[in-house]
Amino acid sequence: MIAGSLMTGLAYWQVSLLRVLGVIAAVLLPAGTFVYAYLFKMVSFMQSRLGPMETGPYGSMQLFAEVGKFLQKEDLVPEKADRRIFVMAPFVVLLSTFLLYVSVPFGPDATFFGNGFSLGVFYALAVSSVSVLGILMAGWSSANKYSLLGGLRAAGQLIAYELPMVLAVVGVVIQAGSMNMQTIVVKQGADKIFGFGGIGFPYVLTQFVGFAIFMIAAQAELTQTPFDMPVAESELVAGYMTEYSGFRFLLFFIGEFATAGAFAAIASVLFLGGWSLPFSWFGWGHDVNSVGNWMNVAGPLILFGKIMILAFVIFWVRFTYPRFREDQLQRFAWKVLIPISLVNIMVTAILKVAF
Amino acid sequence: MTLLGDRQQLAYIASQAADARLNVELETEDMTLNIGPQHPATHGTLRIIARLDGEQVVWAEPSAGYMHRGYEKLTEVRTYPQVTALINRIDWLGSFANEVPFILAAEKLMEIEAPPRAQWIRTILFELSRIANVSLFLGDMAVQLGAVTPVFYAFRDREHVLNQIEAATGGRFHPNFDRIGGLKDDLPKGWIDETKGCMKKLRSFCDQMETLILGNEIFAQRTRGIGVIPREVALQYGLSGANLRSSGVDWDLRRDQSLPLAYDKIDWKVWTHPDGDSFARYWVRLQEVRESTTIVDKLLDSLPSGPIMAKVPRIIKVPEGEAWVSTENPLGEMGYYIVSKGDTGPFRVKIRSASFNNVSITPWLLRGAYVPDVITILASLYFILGDIDR
Amino acid sequence: MARFRERLGDALVDTHLKPADDLWLRIRTDAWLEAGRVAKDLGFTYFCFVSALDWLPSPYGKGEDDPTEPPPERTTAIVQGVTGGETRFQVLARVYDINAHVGVTLKTDVPDADPRIESWVSVFAGANWHERETWEMFGITFVGHPDLRHMYLPTDFEGFPLRKDFPLLARMVKPWPGIVDVEPIPAELDTDGDDA
Repeated sequence: MIAGSLMTGLAYWQVSLLRVLGVIAAVLLPAGTFVYAYLFKMVSFMQSRLGPMETGPYGSMQLFAEVGKFLQKEDLVPEKADRRIFVMAPFVVLLSTFLLYVSVPFGPDATFFGNGFSLGVFYALAVSSVSVLGILMAGWSSANKYSLLGGLRAAGQLIAYELPMVLAVVGVVIQAGSMNMQTIVVKQGADKIFGFGGIGFPYVLTQFVGFAIFMIAAQAELTQTPFDMPVAESELVAGYMTEYSGFRFLLFFIGEFATAGAFAAIASVLFLGGWSLPFSWFGWGHDVNSVGNWMNVAGPLILFGKIMILAFVIFWVRFTYPRFREDQLQRFAWKVLIPISLVNIMVTAILKVAF
Repeated sequence: MTLLGDRQQLAYIASQAADARLNVELETEDMTLNIGPQHPATHGTLRIIARLDGEQVVWAEPSAGYMHRGYEKLTEVRTYPQVTALINRIDWLGSFANEVPFILAAEKLMEIEAPPRAQWIRTILFELSRIANVSLFLGDMAVQLGAVTPVFYAFRDREHVLNQIEAATGGRFHPNFDRIGGLKDDLPKGWIDETKGCMKKLRSFCDQMETLILGNEIFAQRTRGIGVIPREVALQYGLSGANLRSSGVDWDLRRDQSLPLAYDKIDWKVWTHPDGDSFARYWVRLQEVRESTTIVDKLLDSLPSGPIMAKVPRIIKVPEGEAWVSTENPLGEMGYYIVSKGDTGPFRVKIRSASFNNVSITPWLLRGAYVPDVITILASLYFILGDIDR
Repeated sequence: MARFRERLGDALVDTHLKPADDLWLRIRTDAWLEAGRVAKDLGFTYFCFVSALDWLPSPYGKGEDDPTEPPPERTTAIVQGVTGGETRFQVLARVYDINAHVGVTLKTDVPDADPRIESWVSVFAGANWHERETWEMFGITFVGHPDLRHMYLPTDFEGFPLRKDFPLLARMVKPWPGIVDVEPIPAELDTDGDDA
């Protein structure tokens, strides 16, 4: 997250170091905030209880306490488990998360790849599938029937819900005319709806169907209820994560919330306008470079705000609904979501040509 | 402790042997899965051994007995008041209900009847224990299906009922309030109005559960048509309570037999449902809780005054004979068969507990079900381990 | 609706005895399964339970004896209950008629020398678990039961717990704590109320 003007003054290794720190911060910060705000507090209030109150003011230090607790646990690997794969699995899942974050633009110049990454959307969707591998690895190598069942369920579910996600995004791509995420953001900031530029043109207005499908598919990709068959707590204990404890479980845990943040980030970039506020407020045009530099600081914050809103919806649904059975889940994906998203693409294409 | 460890070891070895035998004999890929005994889904230590073919259950068998406390043997060496204290603990969620059939059977043998006020209050506490028990079910079945929030509402609203029970009897979970011939004490001051307020809260809780859960499409999809128990099978296995009524059998022991309880003095409705699936069981129980709140209100309105205890001797010796009384407990039909030889304690007590019969249908019911449906079915049958194992 | 007295037209029942406001029937031992079938045909389709009774008075009493004193004399006479009987063990079952709101308790003797009786599983499927439990607790074998094995107890448990000559181990292991040195209450503190 380096501003363009700073780049020239630093050596390459310094830039890389800052990038690494930046992405770690980008991953951990949303994860931590979600865990505290939503997992501890919001769900507690919804369930008419208070949540952690002791550690720090209003339980704010609970997160660090939990992290410390996980770190000091014994590192268990089950005897029959396939040791190498067992150890690698959480890292693969986290790898997918990090790769996702790297593609998200945080500001007009605050991106990891620069503004010319013309395959942003394609890359993001491709990389989000890597976590499926990690989950399968975890389920298989745990030498536990529950984990195996969980891993298989997860694989089926995640692959099934990739498609609606991709198709939902295609509508946005058609509308924006580009797969470059930065371009999509700029267009949402700068475009005018029928000549009215007051609110920019967030694609959620025309792509509401795509938005809904994307959020549902994201919920499924995150294996959150109502799609949390792989982690069905009251049936399979913890599904593919059953045998993990201590640090490795922490990696899965962080991965879950960080990926929630990543999907929320991508959704807000594609549908809500990412880091941009309507450009007409500031008199900027379509060119990225015309956006003021202060946006590089404010952009991430704005994006963060949008992420929080979307994540709120994700977690709200998670804590309210019962879960689908595996075959109902698949039926929902293949028979309902995919046809609707195909229709959405068709309509978008027709309207795009018409207007 | 060692006894349990040995049994678990034996059971584990047995299951491994069964697994090996199966794989060798049939050369199939069936997987033997153990659900329990420590498991978030089973209400206590119930172990279900299931053989799976993919995700479908081919054969399932519950293995009860992890909580067997030997009640029937214990009652032989205790006096009647001691037995009353003991049997509170059979169904620990609605525990006043356990005492009632026992006391009624003993009173039948002694041929005395409790005074009207005691009968009324007995009925009120009976209904309160039903509300306490079944309102937990409403939240509990949701959490088995994945909705984690309703169970907290259930616990929160159940606290009101438990507070009322505690105010009257002194014990939230184990009141031990019934005595042969009446009750231990009269109601405290202000209890009637407080309980009426409590019933209002519970009615709003029921409405909340109805919109939140019964109206949820995912819940409907998960429970409709799952675990259908046809009428004849239900009767054969002796299913009782809401399980029977949700299979279309109109049989409620409160209405269909005459006991010295106040049910025939007020109007109330028995709820049945024609499908025998899990959705029906949830629906019937929800309506029953609501109905119980109305029953309590009506009973509170018409509470007669008078003595709480009939004239009984200080040391109670129940005359010789045998008696059987069963009542409509929250979990189903619970009955006691008391054999007395004129002593201060019973000669033999046979405890017919509802969950024993309710769970005995699971081998038949679980064949062909998917693994998630196993959880749904078990949750909808609603058993308490103490009731199965006594 | 109350249960009312009714003479069942059971041709195969041996003796009808002692109906009170509840109905007990004692069946001849070899007609037990027949009785089950007849009951089901007559409309008693709801199966309540199957259990057993052991009429031997316990040789241990209540286990409340002072261990320092010799055990008192106890009667060992077997006196059966409501419908009479000739043996030590009796099997007990109850079924209901849902439509007529009538319940019937059926009893039958089990021969002492070889405690076996026919199983009701073919008539009422729910008898499966009840008979398993009765076998486990009393040692009465149910002929024709598909799967007679332990329900509650571990597989290698010896003995039949609910038989009266099987001691209640808790009372054997430790002397009953209820034996106290009873001192008479001093006269001025004697506030014996009338709470029962």
